[in-house]
Amino acid sequence: MLDKNGIAKRIAKEVKNGYYVNLGIGIPTLVANFVRDDIEVEFQSENGVLGMGPFPFEGEEDPDIINAGKQTITTLPGASFFDSAMSFSMIRGKHVDLTILGAMEVAENGDIANWKIPGKMVKGMGGAMDLVASAENIIVAMMHTNRAGASKLLKRCTLPLTGVGCVKKIVTNLAVIEVTPEGFKLLERAPGVSVEQIEDATEGKLIVEGEVPEMVL
Amino acid sequence: MINKKVPGVIEALEGVSDNMTLILGGFGLSGIPENSIAQLVKLNVKGLTCISNNAGVDDFGLGLLLQQKQIDKMISSYVGENDEFERQMLSGELEVELIPQGTLAERCRAAQAGFPAFYTPAGYGTEVAEGKEVREFDGKMHVLEYAFKADFGFVKAWKGDTAGNLIFKGTARNFNPNICGAAKITVAEVEELVPAGELDPNQIHIPGIFVQRIFQGALYEKRIEQRTVRQRN
Repeated sequence: MLDKNGIAKRIAKEVKNGYYVNLGIGIPTLVANFVRDDIEVEFQSENGVLGMGPFPFEGEEDPDIINAGKQTITTLPGASFFDSAMSFSMIRGKHVDLTILGAMEVAENGDIANWKIPGKMVKGMGGAMDLVASAENIIVAMMHTNRAGASKLLKRCTLPLTGVGCVKKIVTNLAVIEVTPEGFKLLERAPGVSVEQIEDATEGKLIVEGEVPEMVL
Repeated sequence: MINKKVPGVIEALEGVSDNMTLILGGFGLSGIPENSIAQLVKLNVKGLTCISNNAGVDDFGLGLLLQQKQIDKMISSYVGENDEFERQMLSGELEVELIPQGTLAERCRAAQAGFPAFYTPAGYGTEVAEGKEVREFDGKMHVLEYAFKADFGFVKAWKGDTAGNLIFKGTARNFNPNICGAAKITVAEVEELVPAGELDPNQIHIPGIFVQRIFQGALYEKRIEQRTVRQRN
């Protein structure tokens, strides 16, 4: 079974040379730490920066340079700043190659819910609805089950949706799963995790074909 | 040169009154029009509809207007980090409309550019699209969203000149350029106001035609919401 860093490490293998990547808040943010350093990748933050770098050294924080999580950041050579409409032109116009974000629920038809729990304070969707509606390549990073132990990979989402039929791949603490027209297809198992454990933790239809390999991290 | 300079924040906000719709720049607390917000607090205008990506924190940004119960309705994409906001929202004192961030930016830009409405895929199939016109383009469903209509737009830039030309810095740019020209009157406050001719026309982000009033801002606090640093080895 993987921890959050393990999930991020596995997703980092999906990041290819030449990709522009948008990382959501939470586990997705950790992915940047594990991307191979022999490939060229630029990270986009929807508040208006491409070519995001690491956090600044203490004393070098600039209130005018932050990411979408409102954290102080730095930029790398080749970086650019732009306005919010242009930022979403990059996203809506499919110029961003890969979007990695967290989720509360994903359904076997690719629906995703990650912004609102009825009865609880709603903070808002931020850029999530624009991202999931437009990106061609969306990977969801999340734990396979919620804190109560219930599956987050469902037949149908129960929470208010963020987007419909948009998720292509899911990486959890237990498995790598592809969303297909037939349902959740099990691609890889996390180290030490059995197919049965994954079946037990998946409410939606899980397709298992032949021998399922263990993840290589 | 058409002079857009006004002496200060008092003149810049002349005409702002109760029940108006305002659009304000900023992402979190970065690039917010601090001086204009302070003046709105002083004027104590009520019944406002405020369009802004976020709603500030309890004691800074739009949170200052919320404390005085000046805002009736807030249109934003994300409103966390504000206890007073949460209290007013849950008690029903404050109406809140949450919309996707890209849609918020584009509704500003549409108003600026003279488009009455546009189609976007964002929010299709979710509660955001309820009651809205939808249409299929190239096999994909889209939602019709309308340009904002507002009385005043308040933006913050890094540098500006007396002709109203603006240059922004870093991610403090965010929604500010999209708001210029999106309301009947655009008020720009700048960290450094220079005479027309001193800024390189090649470097202007927003031409002065989109700005009606510009003034030299003062005492910028530029509060950092999430201070994150790394250790030197």
